[in-house]
Amino acid sequence: MSADFPILSMMLAVPLAAAMLCLVVSAHSARFLALGATLINLLLGIWLWTQYEIGGAQWQFTESADLFGPIGWKLGIDGISLMLIMLSVFLMPICIGASWRAIKDRVSEYMAAFLLMEVLMIGVFAAQDLMLFYIFFEAGLIPMYLIIGIWGGTNRIYASYKFFLYTLLGSVLMLIAMIWMIQEAGTADIPTLLQYDFSKEAQTWLWLAFFASFAVKMPMWPVHTWLPDAHVQAPTAGSVILAGVLLKMGGYGFLRFSMPMFPDASAQFIWLIFGLSMVAVIYTSLVALVQQDMKKLIAYSSVAHMAIVTVGLFTFNQQGLEGAIIVMLSHGLVSGALFLCVGVIYDRLHTREIDRYGGLSINMPIYATFFLLFTMASIGLPGTSGFVGEFLALTGVYKVSTWAALICTTGIILGAGYMLYLYRRVAFGEQKNIDAAAMEDLDIREFWLLAPIAAAVMWMGIYPESFIAPIRDDVSKIVQRVESATPVLDGKFIANDPSTAQYRVGGKDDSPTIESDASGSTQ
Amino acid sequence: MTENDLFYTRPELILSFSGLLLLLLAAWRPNWGRQICYISIAPLIAASYYAWVIMTNDAFEFGGGAFFGQYRADGFSSFSKLLIYLASAITLLIAPRFLEKKGVMKAEFPVLILFAAVGMGIMVSAVDLLSLYIGLELNSLAAYVLASFARNDVKSSEAGLKYFILGALASGILLFGISLVYGFTGSTSFLTINSALSGELSMGATFGIVFMLAGMAFKISAAPFHMWTPDVYEGAPTPITAFFASAPKVAATALLVRIVGEAFTNQIDAWQQIIIIVALMSIVVGALGAIGQKSLKRLLAYSSINNIGFILIGLAAASQIGVAALLVYLAIYVAMTLGGFICLMQFEDKDGNMRDNIDDIAGLSKHRPVLAAVFMIFMFSLAGIPPMFGFWGKLQVFQAAVAADLLPLAVIGIAASVIGAFYYLKVIKVMYFDERADVVADSNSNTLVWVGGILALFVSPLGYLTISILGKWSEVAGAFLFVNGG
Repeated sequence: MSADFPILSMMLAVPLAAAMLCLVVSAHSARFLALGATLINLLLGIWLWTQYEIGGAQWQFTESADLFGPIGWKLGIDGISLMLIMLSVFLMPICIGASWRAIKDRVSEYMAAFLLMEVLMIGVFAAQDLMLFYIFFEAGLIPMYLIIGIWGGTNRIYASYKFFLYTLLGSVLMLIAMIWMIQEAGTADIPTLLQYDFSKEAQTWLWLAFFASFAVKMPMWPVHTWLPDAHVQAPTAGSVILAGVLLKMGGYGFLRFSMPMFPDASAQFIWLIFGLSMVAVIYTSLVALVQQDMKKLIAYSSVAHMAIVTVGLFTFNQQGLEGAIIVMLSHGLVSGALFLCVGVIYDRLHTREIDRYGGLSINMPIYATFFLLFTMASIGLPGTSGFVGEFLALTGVYKVSTWAALICTTGIILGAGYMLYLYRRVAFGEQKNIDAAAMEDLDIREFWLLAPIAAAVMWMGIYPESFIAPIRDDVSKIVQRVESATPVLDGKFIANDPSTAQYRVGGKDDSPTIESDASGSTQ
Repeated sequence: MTENDLFYTRPELILSFSGLLLLLLAAWRPNWGRQICYISIAPLIAASYYAWVIMTNDAFEFGGGAFFGQYRADGFSSFSKLLIYLASAITLLIAPRFLEKKGVMKAEFPVLILFAAVGMGIMVSAVDLLSLYIGLELNSLAAYVLASFARNDVKSSEAGLKYFILGALASGILLFGISLVYGFTGSTSFLTINSALSGELSMGATFGIVFMLAGMAFKISAAPFHMWTPDVYEGAPTPITAFFASAPKVAATALLVRIVGEAFTNQIDAWQQIIIIVALMSIVVGALGAIGQKSLKRLLAYSSINNIGFILIGLAAASQIGVAALLVYLAIYVAMTLGGFICLMQFEDKDGNMRDNIDDIAGLSKHRPVLAAVFMIFMFSLAGIPPMFGFWGKLQVFQAAVAADLLPLAVIGIAASVIGAFYYLKVIKVMYFDERADVVADSNSNTLVWVGGILALFVSPLGYLTISILGKWSEVAGAFLFVNGG
């Protein structure tokens, strides 16, 4: 394959073509077709990763075609996009596999909807034109609305409406902001806009408009209420893709737009992000503790994890941002895997109620092992992906605000509480339900759905450098861009701080107080 | 009468003479309804060709006037005419089967459509209050008859009567406004009116502008003058409703644009806020009114009110970009709304009766998957959800509003569009999520399938490939208005 091979367009075209084909073939062929297409995309993704030049140009694999007049077909990725595209293409075959038997009616349409979802997700992460991004970003609502509404649970209609309208209302304000930006800057090209300096007043309004969209998508407290409904009602694979990739679009939006394009406004609204995130971490963790429904519990834990992401992003330092991105990737894998774990037992007993299970480690040892691994990864046990991300993010937070770090860390402890409590009730204890005790262990298909995720979680936990290396340069570019606007909070190291003089050896220090520069804080 | 008069009015001449000839034919061969429908498409194509020539040929860069400044053929009128003729032709294609089934197919039907098209052509080419009124009434008279075309149907007769009475009232209001404007400016020519209105606006002229706008708002069924729309749309035979929702809407909107963009450009402040309020009211009334509807025709009627609101946002920008955006929106709107009605016409039970109730299409996606998917495309497109092409129209008008510094209008308008999304979603929910009602039987009309399919392709993401060409010609058309800066 030559260097100018349009691989990103190819990655969009393969699932799109497969989706169209799915609609005209039988259910059985549609399954294989969808699996084949997603596996081809996974291979293309792996090839993309191997060809990605770490430390090379910021935007690689760029493509540009004048197809749609003012909407430029411009694609290109940096390291952050690359990692999120990898997450998408990695989870997609697993989603198809998870739906292999669980979905029995209207299989062709189901597979087509998932393949379209894949097109739109890759499109969101690869778009380099503001309008193209918006179209991919919004279009994702349509297949997800259908997936929840057609193949969802009993209360699926309410959940699908709530999902659609909530997200739409958030996004339309962003659209007006984008129109304004395009007219102000005279271009819709994202790399150019990243260099454009909007006036401070404009930044505030633009930031708020983008925040309306990304906060809903993320989701941040208090606009998170669509998520538990959507998750609980969606079919298993729908939950996996929702938690795994769609939630990451909010974080990606903050990283790609809000922070580098509006650095002053971002700094100005740190209190808002920190405040909402701190509430979210504590509140949603406590809510998760009392859930009786497994999917709802994991949904609330997602909100808490996403709060760590937002707080990490708005630290404006290297560790915080890298940590936030790793939490995004890790959460994509782990929550996806947890939803799969719920799906496995749901397929057998058709209930998500925690009390209906118990003692599964006796009759389902392999399942219990996987479930334990993902529970630990969700808590953030060292050696798993969750630890790396959360540790880095919280290190970043500590440098900015010790209070925020304290509260967010408390959230992690609460996270350990609800996850271990869930695991104890499902996997340990006595086998109080006869039907649950009679369930069979993982079959070969389910094993091969969970095993790749487990491997990836361990890989990310043991050797995170593979995942951090591609994003390092891009993160430092964002950090540089927002550096000038970074406020000094209490976590910042200040050389010769007079308030600490009494603790210093040698007593009173006569030298004048010097505020350290940014590099001082990393020593 | 000079040579120019005949040269520039070629589309109207072709349509008028063909209409008269076909009327004769209809008198001799009263049973040839279907054939005359198909024959009538030929003059529409010929008229479209001449409109296309005026728009695309550089020799007519500045347009051309006829009949002593009563009539002008330029890019703007030609763009509108193309849309009008296209919508009329599609109506003629889809109507025969429906009317024959109802037993009301008459050979006069295509002739009435042709005369309405002549009237609409004059409307969009009018640059004088007199020719404006002649065009409007020619179109309206044809439309009143069309609304009550199903004579044996009480609802259709009621629709025709309602349309006639309220239409006459609106024409009266418009005429009153015209007389006031004429009285205070001393002219009926748009350009003279514009220069006469350049200074401070007198009270009488203000009244005149307001009454004219009110009359026009009735014709485009914008809130708060929309009350007749759901009743007339519900009562009229469905293909004729499709016609009402497309061609006359384009004509009346273009007429409104022509008046404010040519006769009132010196008094933007006087009409801009009216247009803004009417636009927002239409969006909200259209969205809220549709929520409780059980009849799909009424629902589409409210949807057209809602869409007129978005179209008017382009006009509120009071700029050439705004007019271009409005024309792009109109082009997409015509395709969406005709497509919606074409789908509706295929919702027939096994006895061949059209089923109009929303519950009748429950679970449609299970037994008529293609029809349901096509209707879904139109619904998402009307709601303006990307990647459907309807999004592009909305984006264009909002871009124009933002460029004109009308940010509050843009923000409120787009937030209200979320309310609209709710009822479009409801239709999709009924088709896709509900248990199947098995009311809709298999249809065997190839015409409906093909026309609906082509329109669906246009509003699907494939429509984005036409952005360049739509954008180019809408800009050419928009450049004829708001000439003195605006």
